[in-house]
Amino acid sequence: MLCQKKEARVHLTDVKEGKVKKVDLCEDCAKAKNIEDPAGFALADLLLGLGASEELTSGATEGSPLVCPHCGFTQADFKKTGRLGCPACYETFKDGLLGMLKTMHKGNRHCGKVPRGLALGREVQERIQGLQRSLEQAVATEDYEQAARLRDEIKALKENPGAVMAG
Amino acid sequence: MQLHEFLTPADQVAQRTGPGNRIVLSSRVRLARNVSGFAFPGWAKKADRQRACDLLCEAVGRQPEMQGAFTASLDSLSAMDKQILVERHLISREHAAKGAGSALLLSRDESLCVMVNEEDHLRMQALLPGFQLPEVWRAIDRLDTGLEQSLEYVFSRELGYLTACPTNVGTGIRVSAMLHLPALVLDEQITQIIQAVNKLGLAVRGLYGEGTEALGNVFQVSNQMTLGESEAEIVERLSKVVAQVIEHEDNARARLLEKESKVVFNHIGRAYGILANAHSVSSKEAINLLSLLRLGIDLGTLPGTPRALVDELSILTQPAHLQANHSDKLTAEQRDIRRADMLRHALRDVRRPIVPPPPAPPLDKPPAP
Repeated sequence: MLCQKKEARVHLTDVKEGKVKKVDLCEDCAKAKNIEDPAGFALADLLLGLGASEELTSGATEGSPLVCPHCGFTQADFKKTGRLGCPACYETFKDGLLGMLKTMHKGNRHCGKVPRGLALGREVQERIQGLQRSLEQAVATEDYEQAARLRDEIKALKENPGAVMAG
Repeated sequence: MQLHEFLTPADQVAQRTGPGNRIVLSSRVRLARNVSGFAFPGWAKKADRQRACDLLCEAVGRQPEMQGAFTASLDSLSAMDKQILVERHLISREHAAKGAGSALLLSRDESLCVMVNEEDHLRMQALLPGFQLPEVWRAIDRLDTGLEQSLEYVFSRELGYLTACPTNVGTGIRVSAMLHLPALVLDEQITQIIQAVNKLGLAVRGLYGEGTEALGNVFQVSNQMTLGESEAEIVERLSKVVAQVIEHEDNARARLLEKESKVVFNHIGRAYGILANAHSVSSKEAINLLSLLRLGIDLGTLPGTPRALVDELSILTQPAHLQANHSDKLTAEQRDIRRADMLRHALRDVRRPIVPPPPAPPLDKPPAP
């Protein structure tokens, strides 16, 4: 649409705070603007909103670019692709990411599905802690019968958390 | 097994129905998941990507829902097979571009499709005809819970499921409905509707997803935000918005029939005229005209013609589907001719549209007692 001559084949839509910005370009204009070549254009800006690729820098100290110790992913790679390298990148680029996530999402904390193993883990842990407190009390009051029962229960819970919780 | 032997023929796909499929063509939920021990697919080394792919395919293939599934490495599929999967909305265009180290698993009933090593290690989707968002969420939730038993997902208490792109982090969910909205387009209300939907933080896209045009008056409405809102809340919010859009489309249809019936019947009549008589039709033209024919059926102008016929043709007129029925490689011009031949043949017994007696009968609603 830039040249108004050829059919637009490259369509960019940017939605920010409910405002839609649309750009339609023919292939030649897109090439001229380097949009076809993601390396030359900050795809991160395209995907995540303008300024996103810069925001990630906010965690870096002057002169020393952040590199993910796990996968070697850098700031520049993010700018190029709009994607992260590995799960650990979330920790590496945390400071910059948090600001970005805030503008992108409804909130800054996950509230939704939790893998069953993890959900169970927390539940079981809390129960074990509770039982351990009772055990200490039982020992303190010299109720050894009760202490033995609690000890067995804790042992069973540690060995097979799923079965005990389900039971 | 070859893909064409596995896939349900288009005429049977078109027979699948769901609640409200007059306007809601399909409901879909996809989840993005990654497993620990590997970089994201776009950054992983080739050998690691292959190792992850094997591990994931094995785990997915073991799920009860995936018994009898079609499993294929992307490098084993021809370009045409991949394009057919895109045209059926089973894989993304991005996934179709992948090769070795990426795979797909498609359940026997085609309602579940898992892309392995697309942008994330797993992109799994449930797809059902009509308006049934809670049902597709339940279906994919079940598959995901089954997979948790054997896979260790990367999950953070704070940020939820970690994904390659920060736009998907949290629930990793995208809930979407494919809507056929010809009256809102004809009545020029569609831009307003899209803006209103955007204001609610939902995206409106074209027929083939992100960055595509709205061909055939088909629009895909989906959530954009994945962090800070639960899956159930997203499903409910989207369901409410889709219900409202349906109401607007129904109102637009009623308004057009009442105030501008000539405009509507003109569009439908011309669409029928071209589809039933032309000798060269491009795929884009076919999709757009078939949309109007579908509207014609909904409005009672084509009594006796089932909606499934138009839906079948909408699948078969797409480029790869058309090519698949011919052994020789067709040029675009040859395809346009074959497409027109097929359309004329399919519509040979369809009588030309009539003007239904006003007022138009209520659509899809049970008759008053």
